[in-house]
Amino acid sequence: MRRAVVTSAATAAGVVLLLSLKPHEAAGPAPVIGSGSDTATGSDVSEPSNAPAPSASAATSAPAGTTRKVSGDTVNTRYGPVQVQVTLNGSRITAVDVVKYPTAERRDREINTSALPVLNQEAISAQSARIDVVSGATYTSDGYIRSLQSALDRAKG
Amino acid sequence: MLRHAEPVMGTVFSITVRDPGPGTAAVLERITERLHRIDAVFSTYRPDSDISRLGRGELALADCDPDVPTVLAACRETAAQTDGWFSERPDGRLDPSGWVKGWAIEEAAALLRSSGARQYCVSGGGDVQTGGGPWRIGIADPRQPGLLAAVLAGRDLAVATSGTAERGAHVLDPHTGRPATGLASLTLVGSPGTGIARTDAWATAAFAMGPDRALAWAARRPGIEALAVLPDGTKRWTPGLPAHLPASGPADWQPTAG
Repeated sequence: MRRAVVTSAATAAGVVLLLSLKPHEAAGPAPVIGSGSDTATGSDVSEPSNAPAPSASAATSAPAGTTRKVSGDTVNTRYGPVQVQVTLNGSRITAVDVVKYPTAERRDREINTSALPVLNQEAISAQSARIDVVSGATYTSDGYIRSLQSALDRAKG
Repeated sequence: MLRHAEPVMGTVFSITVRDPGPGTAAVLERITERLHRIDAVFSTYRPDSDISRLGRGELALADCDPDVPTVLAACRETAAQTDGWFSERPDGRLDPSGWVKGWAIEEAAALLRSSGARQYCVSGGGDVQTGGGPWRIGIADPRQPGLLAAVLAGRDLAVATSGTAERGAHVLDPHTGRPATGLASLTLVGSPGTGIARTDAWATAAFAMGPDRALAWAARRPGIEALAVLPDGTKRWTPGLPAHLPASGPADWQPTAG
């Protein structure tokens, strides 16, 4: 749980902060980061390892195969101070780590904000959602047989 | 973990207890009896129920089951809280069903608590009261059966969804008498202490209001948040709803024991 909390904070913070990241070495102004709104989709929040994957190569002259870490400045966001570190292979971003987090309380708020895009994503498969119970329009006794709730009830715990 | 599904009130009640104890089996029997008793007194589908006889003028309120005046008072209170968008006479005939089902869920939850259970979840045909937690609550996608429109998580929440997916446009606008059609579904989330009886009755009322009025109404009411799914699939929600979203997305949460 702890790990999930941190990674999800990292994803959201990365989205916020990549825009204001000031690379000390890379010449490219981080065009990949323009896909920040894509990065904030729900599926990426739940699969943080995919989140920082760039969609296009940055316009820099750094040769491929050279791995560098670039730290951004600490930025005061509305969630508190956050600092990110970007790992680049050549001009390709391979990882984004948050090296400084907001305080716990603010982080909670941020996580709820980061979960928001989940609402806008397409329908969620019940199998992946690990739900305990379903709320929906009242079914009849017959409708129950076809309902997700009946599947949950049959999966005796 | 103990699960029980009970067909009653024209739907199915599903009960899950994460911390069953020696009294759980007995209390499930008492709950079953209580739910069937509530159905016998309040069903509008049974000509011999107290409510049917009261509605036809064959039985005086004073001679009804003592729950009847309590329920009718709660209906009047709900009507006042929702500016008349809830009614115990939705089509002119006495029918307090909009209150009764949620209240029956609360009765079941109270019996579970009295037996010592602290980690439980009661669904009455898709309206949910959780105790303890966190519990993960899927919100059925009204447009795509078997899929979810959202996942919520929390402790001691009440979640009620009113919609057209299962029974068509059956919620009547009490002001026009016509079916409400502005929403595919409306889900209300009641914070701890709100209770599913009020949350469910309010969800019925808010569904009849249509999306704009429903979201504005829910945003004003303390302890209530709303998620609306429009007929074209667009989702809208109150500003406080994200507080009920799971911390780390819908898929990667691990349930905690007990």
